[in-house]
Amino acid sequence: MPHSRRASEIKVAGIGKSYGAFCALKDVSLDIGRGEFLTLLGPSGSGKSTFLMVLAGFERPSQGKLFRDGVDITDQPPERRSAGMVFQGYALFPHMSVAANIAFPLRVRRKPEDEIKRRVGEMVERVGLLGHEHKLPAKLSGGQQQRVALARALVFEPGVLLLDEPFSALDKSLRGQMQAEMKRLHEETGTTFVFVTHDQSEALALSSRVSIFNHGEVLQVGTPQEVYERPSSRFVAEFLGEINMLPLRDVRPANGGARGLVEDREVALGFASGDVRGEAVLAVRPEHMSIAREPHAQENSIAVSAVSSTYLGSAVRLELVTRGGSSASVCVPMESARHALEGSDTVWLTWPAGKGFLLPASG
Amino acid sequence: MLARSHNLGAALLLAPLLLLLAVAYGIPFLGVMRWSFTLPEPGLAQYLTVFTDPLVQSVFVRTARICALVTVTAVAAAYAIAYVWVRGTPGQRLIAEYCILVPFWISVLTRAFGWVALLSNRGLINSWLQSLGILGEPLALVRNEFGVVVGMTHFLIPFAVFPIASAMRAVDERVLLAARGLGASRTRTFWSVFVPLTMSGIIGAALIVFVFALGFFVTPAILGGGRSVMVAELVYLRIFQSPDWGLGAAISVTLVLIVGLLTAALFRFLRFSQMAG
Repeated sequence: MPHSRRASEIKVAGIGKSYGAFCALKDVSLDIGRGEFLTLLGPSGSGKSTFLMVLAGFERPSQGKLFRDGVDITDQPPERRSAGMVFQGYALFPHMSVAANIAFPLRVRRKPEDEIKRRVGEMVERVGLLGHEHKLPAKLSGGQQQRVALARALVFEPGVLLLDEPFSALDKSLRGQMQAEMKRLHEETGTTFVFVTHDQSEALALSSRVSIFNHGEVLQVGTPQEVYERPSSRFVAEFLGEINMLPLRDVRPANGGARGLVEDREVALGFASGDVRGEAVLAVRPEHMSIAREPHAQENSIAVSAVSSTYLGSAVRLELVTRGGSSASVCVPMESARHALEGSDTVWLTWPAGKGFLLPASG
Repeated sequence: MLARSHNLGAALLLAPLLLLLAVAYGIPFLGVMRWSFTLPEPGLAQYLTVFTDPLVQSVFVRTARICALVTVTAVAAAYAIAYVWVRGTPGQRLIAEYCILVPFWISVLTRAFGWVALLSNRGLINSWLQSLGILGEPLALVRNEFGVVVGMTHFLIPFAVFPIASAMRAVDERVLLAARGLGASRTRTFWSVFVPLTMSGIIGAALIVFVFALGFFVTPAILGGGRSVMVAELVYLRIFQSPDWGLGAAISVTLVLIVGLLTAALFRFLRFSQMAG
């Protein structure tokens, strides 16, 4: 039963937050769309949690304004914002049963008792907690507590659900399961989800958009594919996953993209934005590169030699070095590695033009 | 082997305390117990008096009433102080800390006389109220149960603060934020979440205050002015004023039994709340 008409739209205009001289958030502006799943991603201390606390109303911003569906909510106390919230460590009420925890937001809204009963029953079923209604949170496993926290935050059909690193306490297999479940809940409820994490794979797997935080600033906002394949800065590129970076000389625009020299080999980039001239860094994700015995006819190729290889089961990871001394790594299937490396020190590292992107030469 | 020598060390360290307790409390108490069964003649006659004599009964009832009242007021006041101590700003915490510690430095006698100076007919409160024209006749604030309750509450508040404060410290801040985020006002969060989560501290504090209050002597003797006699004062009167040692002893033993039962309940409760928490 989707109720996306209830989903909120949030506009964040120039939010700043300082604690004395320390600036936790600098001029954050962001539009969160109705029903979207936005992830706030960043290392610890990047300001993403502070930002979530500002959205929830637990922290007052030092500057800026917040609007929900066009209404200024900057000065609204948390209890009037009707945002569901799932905390790190769940923050369940330890003295209340599972059912009482889930009923809490309905009780404070003075809903009739039969409606409370019905909606709690539905929610318990939806998150798979049937038979656990009368247990205290301490008697539940981590995953079950997580479900109670989600049910409690969703039962009053909030316009937006805020989640602060909800999976950090779960082990890896359970985490995958809960991620799938949360994606399902997002689709079913149609509510706007704002999700904080420092785990980039979680962010990429779950979100409709990712917003990357560092030092209290939003560095980039985009779909998972955009931020992963077209990062706007070196920090974003490196934070989202492994990346190979090669110095690029003599950069110039060419057919909507760019061309340049990596150690005297001409390479092409299918995409480039802004001013692309002179020196830059060419960045390519390791999984977009492969190795071969001969240069590739259509793709970019540079000569490298293998330094070491690590067996990974499904693939082998090769540490490579170019003639000019830059290092790179690739993960390739066992067979192709064996074939390319047989009897020769020099192999060719190749990648399609569309998979490389430019980053500024410094920083 | 190691564990045994460790136990031996602990026993040695505890020995002076156990010896002191045995010599200063255990042996005299056995003597008092003997009096209760033998004076003026062997038998259970004194216990029969304890459970049937209207005067003794009325003193026990009054003691229970005063202790209950003191428990409620002292725990309520201690809850407020502990709240400021645990959750206040640094300045407020400091003030709360002094409020808790300073009373420990002043003798119980001094404090009781301090209350007399404040509450008596010519005391500060009555003379102010009269000079302001609010009162014609002085209010009877002392030499009655009211004075006893005030003085005992004041004395016992700090003892109630500690268990309550430790329960408050154990409350997870995020649970309170969660309540607010789910739509509960500050007041609602306090009553529906904070108070239930600190209930173990409230019950522990109430038991401590009640048990301490049962045996109070100095404060009720001074602030009750002989009119609101409590059990401990009754024992004193039986033994030192109307030499009726047997009855005094029987009342003492009864009081010790009640205190012992309540203390046992307190320990059971503490063990339970530790396991639950």
